[in-house]
Amino acid sequence: MLSAPSSFHLGEPHLAARGLACRRGARLLFEKVDLALRPAELVWLRGRNGRGKTSLLRLLAGIATPEAGQVLLDGTPIAANGLRSQRVVYLGHQHALKDDLTSAEALEFLLRIHGRRSDRASVDAALSHWGLLALRGTLIRRLSQGQRRRVALARLVGEEDAALWLLDEPFDALDGDGIERLNALLLQHLQRGGAVLLTSHQATLAPALRARELDLDDCAAG
Amino acid sequence: MSPPASPSLLAALFVRDLRLALRRRTEALLPIGFFVVAVALFPLGVGPEPQTLRQIAPGVIWVCALLAAMLSVSQLYASDFADGTLEQLLLTGRSTTLMAAARAAAHWTLTGLPLVIAAPLFGLLFDLSSAALRILALSLLLGTPVLSLLGSLGAALTLGLRSAGVLLILIVLPLAIPALIFGTGAVAAVDAGQPAGAHLSLLGALLIVTALGVPPATAAALRISLD
Amino acid sequence: MSSPPLRFFTFAAPSRFYSLSGRLLPWLWGAAALVAAIGLYLGFFVAPTDAQQGESYRIIFIHVPAAWMSMVVYLAMAAWAAIGWIFNARMASMLARALAPSGLVFTLIALATGSFWGKPAWGTWWVWDARLTSELILLFLYLGYIALVEAIDDVRRADHAGALLAIVGAVNVPVIYFSVRWWNTLHQGATITMSAAPKMQSTMLVAMLLLTFAFWAYAFAVVFVRTRAIVLEREHDAQWVRGLALSARGPS
Repeated sequence: MLSAPSSFHLGEPHLAARGLACRRGARLLFEKVDLALRPAELVWLRGRNGRGKTSLLRLLAGIATPEAGQVLLDGTPIAANGLRSQRVVYLGHQHALKDDLTSAEALEFLLRIHGRRSDRASVDAALSHWGLLALRGTLIRRLSQGQRRRVALARLVGEEDAALWLLDEPFDALDGDGIERLNALLLQHLQRGGAVLLTSHQATLAPALRARELDLDDCAAG
Repeated sequence: MSPPASPSLLAALFVRDLRLALRRRTEALLPIGFFVVAVALFPLGVGPEPQTLRQIAPGVIWVCALLAAMLSVSQLYASDFADGTLEQLLLTGRSTTLMAAARAAAHWTLTGLPLVIAAPLFGLLFDLSSAALRILALSLLLGTPVLSLLGSLGAALTLGLRSAGVLLILIVLPLAIPALIFGTGAVAAVDAGQPAGAHLSLLGALLIVTALGVPPATAAALRISLD
Repeated sequence: MSSPPLRFFTFAAPSRFYSLSGRLLPWLWGAAALVAAIGLYLGFFVAPTDAQQGESYRIIFIHVPAAWMSMVVYLAMAAWAAIGWIFNARMASMLARALAPSGLVFTLIALATGSFWGKPAWGTWWVWDARLTSELILLFLYLGYIALVEAIDDVRRADHAGALLAIVGAVNVPVIYFSVRWWNTLHQGATITMSAAPKMQSTMLVAMLLLTFAFWAYAFAVVFVRTRAIVLEREHDAQWVRGLALSARGPS
């Protein structure tokens, strides 16, 4: 059971989870997981492969229903929270970029369905932040894994609210430059009061982020 | 209750589906290709006797249209499921029911509508009268949306499964039988010199009920499959 | 590796079902056998010969109860699956899964006996009569349900997807039946119907009701046996199941 809040955080948690249990097939992956994500806090979810990191993230985002326990977003059960789309940005391990769209089209689609600014200027600004403006008209199919990851992460550039970011392996396939940019974005987000929960196999988080670690290996069932 | 899907989201979805289909034109036309080949097989199998062909024509064309629609519908959600787009769509918090309806509409535009246009041309191969051809087109116009809707439910239920294509056909075909019966019945009636009004009204009623009842079920199926 | 103590309420229902069904089973088998024997005797030996159909009509004593059961079991399956889905009640979902194969068997029996009934009258092994055709479509609905739940590995997803499909099927059954009746009457040529059931004399009615009851008892028994197997399979981690396994092994 890991729920000890860090000492330097104030205010109500953006996201709180109590007694979460996740089942995969006939087995329980983990159970009795408590979690609180407060403003300006970054939690680094760790654990070996197959421990259920992605499953936990999906539970916290409200995509999946837990076997037990509940997830509260700003105090309301997440499934019933009408502001979920505004308050939560979930970037899954797969980028949700369609192969046959250009990077600009794919990004615009994702921004638009989530109600963010999706006009050409915003899309271009996001792409150029990641150095991809020249590739705005290139089909996703022709981009490298690292470039696709950058397009997926470009969604974070236009975020101005103190929202909740749930990121699954965001550092995957990024080169050194990409890692730096992502760290900068994360720091910026924390500084305006947002919160981040991410999974990562690599220890690429900047120390300035003061990540709190949560290890799923300690919550494993059985 | 989640806020309704804004027209902009549904439009974005629809436009995206069309755009993707245009970029993969050959794949988008495969169902029609299947339809053409399948329909042409029947005279080869049954013999060229005009009387026989005229009798079996409505049934053959309808069944082939049904199969063609089912073959393409499993792709409807499969690629979105595989690349994580479906998760993002569900996270928007907008009405999944309306999104499901929009996807079915996109599928119909890409598969059903071409069939409605192509089928009467094939009716000529079977020596159907012009009145029968008109009613055939009308029956398909009313019936193919029903097939797209039922197919989208099947696609949502079989998301990500290994033999999704065949399983989908097995699941959906019994449910599509009423549409098949009313659709072919209309053409057969006209061929026999009787009015097709009753059949078409029943088909129309079926369309309305399906359009109202199936999208919520599809939305539920999507949530089940992503859980 | 010790199993985590799952909360009591999550398997109290299955364990209680297991012990209760175990106690009921001998009675159910007994009732089914006894009543079936009486019903069959009445139907095949006591009920009078029909004027038009002679002895061959007697197959309806099996055909009609089987057809009723195939319908009832489908509705029961859909209902239990729906309860399991809406209330997240695992026991209900297990019952639904257990009902499907039995329903399938009843449907096959109804189709086969229907075929036997039609042969003397029509000379063919199959007749596209409205009722038989609807029964055939019911067979497809069962096959679809079973195929779907077997294809999904994740148990909860399989249960819920099956529930949705079963509900959609159940809602569609009246529509399908109506459309098949419509189809049957509108095609040129004589309306094809199965030989009408002979006017029911009291012994015939009694025999049919007895066999219906026997089928009910049999269905309960078979479904219980199947559900018990499913319960053991799914709850294999639970303490009470391990206790059973250990006691079955006996003192070493």
